[in-house]
Amino acid sequence: MKIVIHMLVTLSIIGIISGGLLSEVSGWAAPKIAAHRKAATEKAVFTVQPEAKNQQKVETVDFELYKVFDDQNNPIGYALPFEGNGFQGKIRLMVGVKNDLKEIVGLQILEQVETPGLGTKVTEDDFLNKFVNLSSVPKILPVKVEPTSKPTNEVQTITGATISSKAVIAIVNAGMEKLRKVKEEGGEL
Amino acid sequence: MKTKATLSQEYVKGLWDQNPVFKQVLGMCPTLAVTVSAINGIAMALATTFVLVFSSLIISIIRKLIPTQVRIAAYILIIATFVTLVDLVMKAQFPELSKSLGPYIPLIVVNCLILGRQEAFSSKNGVGRSVLDALGMGTGFLGALFVLGGIREILGTRTLLGFQVLPDFYEPWLIMILPAGAFLTLGLLMGFSNAYIAKKKNKERETLREKYLKPKSPTVNAQEA
Repeated sequence: MKIVIHMLVTLSIIGIISGGLLSEVSGWAAPKIAAHRKAATEKAVFTVQPEAKNQQKVETVDFELYKVFDDQNNPIGYALPFEGNGFQGKIRLMVGVKNDLKEIVGLQILEQVETPGLGTKVTEDDFLNKFVNLSSVPKILPVKVEPTSKPTNEVQTITGATISSKAVIAIVNAGMEKLRKVKEEGGEL
Repeated sequence: MKTKATLSQEYVKGLWDQNPVFKQVLGMCPTLAVTVSAINGIAMALATTFVLVFSSLIISIIRKLIPTQVRIAAYILIIATFVTLVDLVMKAQFPELSKSLGPYIPLIVVNCLILGRQEAFSSKNGVGRSVLDALGMGTGFLGALFVLGGIREILGTRTLLGFQVLPDFYEPWLIMILPAGAFLTLGLLMGFSNAYIAKKKNKERETLREKYLKPKSPTVNAQEA
């Protein structure tokens, strides 16, 4: 019986000390971590909306969405973080779109676990720039040869990373569809 | 009873003779997973060393107070506290690094290198020796991870610590930064180091044999047998 109490007391004391220590450190770290997360989101918003000067989170929808404004504080579009399945895991990206919810102004990949050197090419500017001034209606289509006419709704997929490229396109399509659906149903953006 | 090793030996043994990666083959999960680049290897090893040193310190201090029945639970609790500490500090101060190391920092809790050292060393030795042992093991881990990460980074992306070291015409071997590259590099490094040691030992044996067998003295022969 004595040993049982000894065991309980020892473990409890260690637990209490470590819990107290961690809650102190967590109190110090939590605001910093939140600030980093906010800074990362803001940076992504301004990358996909290069003309934006200001951004605000849209509170009227049940998903994450940012409304961006130019220097005169006129709304010029939206930045939408969205995620979906890639080749090996989730891809999380942010897409910038104009007020009409049709023309895309920028795309950035936030998180991905694609094959290094092949699938990860979707995070490079060569691919992402193909989405600039792209029309997302009725749908963005993956194609094998570079589209010649502009404006277009076609994106050339990357050799060796077809599935990853198609996944990115599908995620953007799904995100845009969701946005347009909210607007069609009279939701406030 | 075996004579105690000197203090410097407690530190030095972790560097090579009992190197945690090449000799003890401990902590393979982080070794294989995070060494896609040299800087990742360094960061992982530093985080592990920090946890190792402080867990060894605390555990060697309170080793006589912990009942043996719950010692593993107590060790894990102490290790987990330091790992969470490292994780929080990294997330707050080095968000980029923390992102690239991903889930492997919290996984230090179950790194068998740390638990192994506590059970095998800190729970039986004094504070000074335990800290020296932990520092030595940490340094050995750092060296191994740096070499592994460096080789994979150079062959897989042409760079070392972010600086380009191989010319542009060299086509990067993608396999080196994929999981398979980790196994190949680690296996080859271990193979070469073991082959080198085996050769050295053989040579030593040969010289000894020549030295003692040549004179054909019966007493030495009897000892040899």
